[in-house]
Amino acid sequence: MAIWLTKDSKVIVQGMTGSEGMKHTRRMLAAGTTVVGGVNPRKAGTTVDFDGTELPVFASVADAMKETGADVTVIFVPPQFTKGAVVEAIDAEIPLAVVITEGVPVHDTASFWAYNVAKGAKTRIIGPNCPGIASPGASNAGIIPADITGTGRIGLVSKSGTLTYQMMYELRDIGFSTCVGIGGDPIIGTTHIDALAAFEADPETDAIVMIGEIGGDAEERAADFIKANVTKPVVGYIAGFTAPPGKTMGHAGAIISGSAGTAEAKKEALEAVGVKVGKTPTETAKLMREIMSGR
Amino acid sequence: MDLYEYQGRDLFERHGLPVLAGGVATTPEEARAIAERLGGRVVVKAQVKVGGRGKAGGVKLAEGAEETVARATDILGMDIKGHTVHKVMITVTADVAEEYYFSYLLDRANRTFLCIASVAGGMDIEQVAADTPDKVVKAPIDAVKGVDEAKAREIVAAAGFPAEVADQVVEVAVGLWQAFVAEDATLVEVNPLAKTGEGKLLLLDAKITLDENAGFRHPDHEALVDQATVDPLEQAAKEKDLNYVKLDGEVGIIGNGAGLVMSTLDVVAYAGERHGGVKPANFLDIGGGASAEVMANGLEIVLSDPSVRSVFVNVFGGITACDAVANGIVQALALLEQRGEKATKPLVVRLDGNNAEAGRAILDGANNPLIQRVDTMDGAAERAAELAAAGV
Repeated sequence: MAIWLTKDSKVIVQGMTGSEGMKHTRRMLAAGTTVVGGVNPRKAGTTVDFDGTELPVFASVADAMKETGADVTVIFVPPQFTKGAVVEAIDAEIPLAVVITEGVPVHDTASFWAYNVAKGAKTRIIGPNCPGIASPGASNAGIIPADITGTGRIGLVSKSGTLTYQMMYELRDIGFSTCVGIGGDPIIGTTHIDALAAFEADPETDAIVMIGEIGGDAEERAADFIKANVTKPVVGYIAGFTAPPGKTMGHAGAIISGSAGTAEAKKEALEAVGVKVGKTPTETAKLMREIMSGR
Repeated sequence: MDLYEYQGRDLFERHGLPVLAGGVATTPEEARAIAERLGGRVVVKAQVKVGGRGKAGGVKLAEGAEETVARATDILGMDIKGHTVHKVMITVTADVAEEYYFSYLLDRANRTFLCIASVAGGMDIEQVAADTPDKVVKAPIDAVKGVDEAKAREIVAAAGFPAEVADQVVEVAVGLWQAFVAEDATLVEVNPLAKTGEGKLLLLDAKITLDENAGFRHPDHEALVDQATVDPLEQAAKEKDLNYVKLDGEVGIIGNGAGLVMSTLDVVAYAGERHGGVKPANFLDIGGGASAEVMANGLEIVLSDPSVRSVFVNVFGGITACDAVANGIVQALALLEQRGEKATKPLVVRLDGNNAEAGRAILDGANNPLIQRVDTMDGAAERAAELAAAGV
């Protein structure tokens, strides 16, 4: 059944009529995702043709949910409008909102997160600045390429998009239950810990790959969580051992502040709780391969 | 983006917070003009984004214009922990009776903001928190509700500010929060927040970080970038919308996706340990698209770095197909030749993922002796490090 996204998920796209939204809606449909419509108040009532599939455009997330039974929204709107789009999704109480947009001001993310919490956290938010979530063979919500790998029993959670793809590719013969890209911003909705908990509870996941990078202490907290709560084998990979302090490395959250947030500290924390950490993505895949071949 | 102290002082002043009168000078003559305007005794402070200025001799008192000019002459051009002083801030002096600490910052772990306040200011707050944790208050701030008078009173009471300054601290706490939000800051730190002999509060130092993602609603923030300290290669990359960070090694790096590029730096550094200690020369993420033009711009920047001796192009074809990337590389080299900047340094290229076979065939078919194809990330890193060490 994978986590959070299954073959029964009904997906809408906020920003479907924009260029990125169009491109990726087409890809999601091709991957077999049940996309049921888009949201754009100025184009409400129209439809958009995707290679023969006519998708309706609704005025709001709430309307789209009422008409289609959608339970997932993927958000492609530009950074200036992202907070508004997420707040609309929260107000509609959609169960899952995947925020792909890169470059969202951190005050906006903090604000919609606080708003979600105050509203009872009925919406799971993934991202911002993330590639989305894919349950190979079932559904794909976001921009993760659907043809890298098929269904299997490894769960993957990662701060980085391309490292997610690389890891899926390395282990494509074994396959994945669900791959979650949680995003590289300083504040994100769904964390490593949330994904670890869900994979631990998922009967279709046997082992977990966790990919982290410099900045913050999410990996250290994930290590504590693994020690107390995770019985399935976990292998880890951390990027940014050679990153200099005080420089943002591509992702807004990837920055070593003083002595905090180093790759070394994250690796040590994970190894201290028994997580095997690979030195390179390929070595990490090899560690996972050894675990899966023993099953 | 981290601000200089004088930019922080200006920002506080714009938001109506109590600061010392002052100005910033890049020459002794400008310093004279400021000293004459302020009159009397002033303090001349080196503007560098590093701690320990006082100990390094970068903060001096001066009496009158002549002495200010002399002190500014001493401090301008000084080297403080590898940072050259290009500017000095000159302010009137304050009669400081007590020093407190106050800051707002991003709290990544709790997905919100945090207020840190202490009556023990003027020193390293992390040290204070370690030695006397009961003297440091950490209060989470709800990003929607923010800091109103009631919240500020709560913080002031919890931190134990003296009754005679409580109302003023409340006012500063609310005003500082409004500035923090209005400017899209991720850190505003005031250390010290001083009480003068007359019992008046003053924000005597400013450490501010602004969120570059919020630049679209702050066109004025662009002017705060100090062009004098921007690396010329980083500047050139920025003008071409490339995500580039200059590092100090010899292997140029180009990749797609921030995580993969960070990982590439690490793998090259490990390989370098076996090849004379060569290291990555830069971080460069060309993003998902990786068109020929973007690839050419990226190669141009990386190859123009004189310390680069080999280049490692590491691309995983996710959405982008590898044949498009391979065409991009071949066209980029041709484009550079047309621009009169023919590449002479070896390029190790690793393509994997979507359409990798077709991409590799294009690279082979190009018959360019500069391009060396290696199909695994670890193997390609090894080769790039080896070439850089050989200095070919």
